[in-house]
Order: sequence, then C-alpha cells, then structure tokens
Amino acid sequence: MSAPVLRLSGFGKQFGSLRVFSDVDLDVMPGDRIAILGASGSGKSTLLRCINVLETPSEGRLELDGELVGQPSRAGDMRFSERELCALRQRVGMVFQQFNLFPHMTVAGNVAEGLKTVRSVKSQKALERAVAELQRVGLADKADTYPSRLSGGQKQRVAIARALAMDPEILLFDEPTSALDPALVGEVLGVIEQLANEGRTMLLVTHEIGFAYHFATRILYLAEGGIYESGTPDEVLKNPKRPLTQQFLAEHRRFQF
Amino acid sequence: MYEWDFSPVLAEGGFLLVGFRNTLVLTATALSGGLVVGLLLAFARLSHRRWLKVPAGIVIEVFRTTPPLVQLFWFYFGLPIVLSIEMTPFLAASLTFMIQSGAFFAEIFRAGIVSIERGQWEAANAIGMTYNQCMRRVILPQAVKRMFPSMMERSIELMKTTTLVATVSYADLLFQANELAQKTFRPLEVFTVVALIYFVSISFISFIASRMERRFAKSGEFTP
Repeated sequence: MSAPVLRLSGFGKQFGSLRVFSDVDLDVMPGDRIAILGASGSGKSTLLRCINVLETPSEGRLELDGELVGQPSRAGDMRFSERELCALRQRVGMVFQQFNLFPHMTVAGNVAEGLKTVRSVKSQKALERAVAELQRVGLADKADTYPSRLSGGQKQRVAIARALAMDPEILLFDEPTSALDPALVGEVLGVIEQLANEGRTMLLVTHEIGFAYHFATRILYLAEGGIYESGTPDEVLKNPKRPLTQQFLAEHRRFQF
Repeated sequence: MYEWDFSPVLAEGGFLLVGFRNTLVLTATALSGGLVVGLLLAFARLSHRRWLKVPAGIVIEVFRTTPPLVQLFWFYFGLPIVLSIEMTPFLAASLTFMIQSGAFFAEIFRAGIVSIERGQWEAANAIGMTYNQCMRRVILPQAVKRMFPSMMERSIELMKTTTLVATVSYADLLFQANELAQKTFRPLEVFTVVALIYFVSISFISFIASRMERRFAKSGEFTP
C-alpha cells in the first residue's frame, strides 16, 4: 500500500463570517481520479482552489507526499511563504474554467512560459518541450498562433498542455468545460480521459455527471459545508444513500432522454 | 491695421533655438525621471505593506492636487531654506516635474495594472510564478499596451507644463521668447513662432505615438 500524495485534514475555508466548508479530511492516492460534485455554492471550486492555495485555507493541514506545506501561525491557521507556494504549485497544476491563457504570448509561448521563467529552462529547450505537450493535446500545428485565434475547446487544451509542461504530480481541473460551447466539450473531455488512461492523479470539479461516472475512481459530493457523501461512482451516482445527493441526482435526471 | 513683421524674430532665430534645446533637455529629464518615479510610486501604492502604500498615496495625491507653479516655487525657493542647500533653476524644475509627472504616471500605471483580469494572476501563480515574475512576464506586458495612450497624453502635457520654469528664470523656450519679445518689440510674432514650434514638435510626437499604437494593435494578441 502506497502513501497518499495529498492529504487534507481538518481542512476549512471561511470568507469573513461565511463558512464555505470545514472539517474536510481527504487522502488522495497516486493514480486517484476524484470528481467533486455539488450544487452551486457548495464550495467545490473553493475547495479545489484551497488545494493549490490560490485561496488561503482558514484551517487544517495540507500535506504533499507526507510533508506539511506551510507553517501554522499562533492564531492556528496556516501561513505560506512565497517560496512554499511556488514549490507547491509546480507540483499541483491547475486548469481553469476560463482558460486564462496569456494573450500576449503564442500558444507555444504559453506552454513554455513556466519552464522558462520558473524553471529557468533555456528558451529553445522549453519550446521543444512545449511543442511535445501540444502534440499530446493535438494542437502542435497551432504552436505559433495567438490564443485569440483559437476556439474555446482549443484554448482549454492549450491550458492543459501548459499545466502538463510543469510535470505536476497532481492536476486540478476547475469546471474545465463549463465555459465551452456544447459541441466543444467532447474534445476537452477526450484529453482529460487520455490523461486518466496514463494513470495521472487528478481532481476534477465538474457538472458533467456522466463524464464523472466514467472518469472518476471516487466521487465526492459536497453539501452542508463539507463532504456530504463519498464513494465509488457506482455507490454515489447509482445508489446515493443520503437525501441531498439523491435530490441532486434526481434533478439532473429530470431532462434525460 | 497691424503689420506683421517676422524678420526681426527670424534674425534672432538662434536665440529661440537655445530655448527650444533647453526645453527639450528639461522635458527629457523630467520624463525619464518621472517614468521611474511613477513606476516606483505605483508599485508602492499597490503593495500590501502599509508603510509603503500610505506614503506613496500621500505623495501622489499632494502632487496631483496642487498647482505645478506652486510646487516649482516650493522646490526653488522653499527647499533651499529648509535644507540650506544651493538650488539651480534646472534642478528645481527637474525635481518638480519628475515628481509631479511621476504622480500622474503612477496612477496611469496602477490603473493599467489593476485592469488586468484576476485570472491572469491566477494562471501565472498556478504554474509557480512569484509575484515579481507574474508582474514582469504576464501583467506588465499587457498593462503597458493599455497604458500607452494615456502615457503619451501625459508626456505631451508635461512638455507644455515645463513652460512654467520661465518664472524661475530657466532659459527655456518661453523665457527666451519673452526676452526676444522685449528686445524686438514684436511679441505677437515671437509668440506665434513659439506656438508653431510647440505645435510642430508635439504633432510629430503624437504621430509617432499613434503609429506605435497601431503596431501594438496589429500584433494581434488582444482578446477583448
């Protein structure tokens, strides 16, 4: 039995007096693919953003490969130095709902940027690597184009390549298909599926329940400020045990054909 | 009927040219200094550290809200008394316009920087960049393009504001013009020529600026 790559314990986030979630305990094993579901406002994106500390968690611990990230302050919350954050984020990549590509760089420039600036890889080497990553997402021919010329689906695939270029141990996807035309969702999910087949460790916040069922090794359903129900896709999605999960899934099935 | 006669003015053209050169030197000094001061003030005001943020805010507001002529007098007459130092008209004028234009540039820079979407910061952070790396590689390159038109506008404004140094007898274009007007008794002609010199040189700068703006736009990477 291997050790968890990521462990959250007593993890929580509060915005002022609003408690988004609390007491989240989670072990992510290598190769785990965890889909995080929940109604809007249930804190799924916030939870994901706390994992690479784009949002600072208010309480609890975050361990990567058994090592605690950040220092506990006297007030009990965690403090993160810039150096720790940069190290953490290189190991935990993220793909955003709105892609957030850098508009002033070419597609290859976007993918190579982290290597060049953060890892000080030589420009030529970084670009070669960028093209290789673009090949993986099927966009090597777009290397020299600017992002404004791409479709939403292509942009998101570039964003995935940009995250992959840093060789992250864990990939976080924050509703990667929510900003896409329905016709473009498939190509992005296809790339994510391919990464799943490679055995990558991933956490995915999504509304695509069908995809979550096929993709995930484990489902977390978030409600009432925490993990409300969790288990295998069959357990949670086929036989939900708790009322809010049942209601959520029923709502989703309403217009199925 | 007034009889226009430019010949005495043109005969002393070299006199005006000296003034024009001095105006250019002062503008260039104040502009390059002002850009540096502006960038520093902008970063200080954007900082989370109160001891940087608050003083920067005060300097910016004081220099934006007081008349430049008063600032110039303060630097030229006030500062030597307070610090008991020697002050030349050029030094006083350079300091005044550096800080004064710096205060305006700072607000232009700051507005440009905060206008960049949060997602850009997050994406840069998410691949492990530090604050400085984000700023240098992702935020500033995009912000500068947005700031460029207002920066040009402010620089032109600066060139015209430097005429105030005539009041502390720095031999800029306007000061020389005054002298020449008294010498030749042809103030209308003299000041018409001065206006023309400003018109031509500023139009030229504007032309270059709009060319550059178009080149920025053509590089095509803007996403609305």
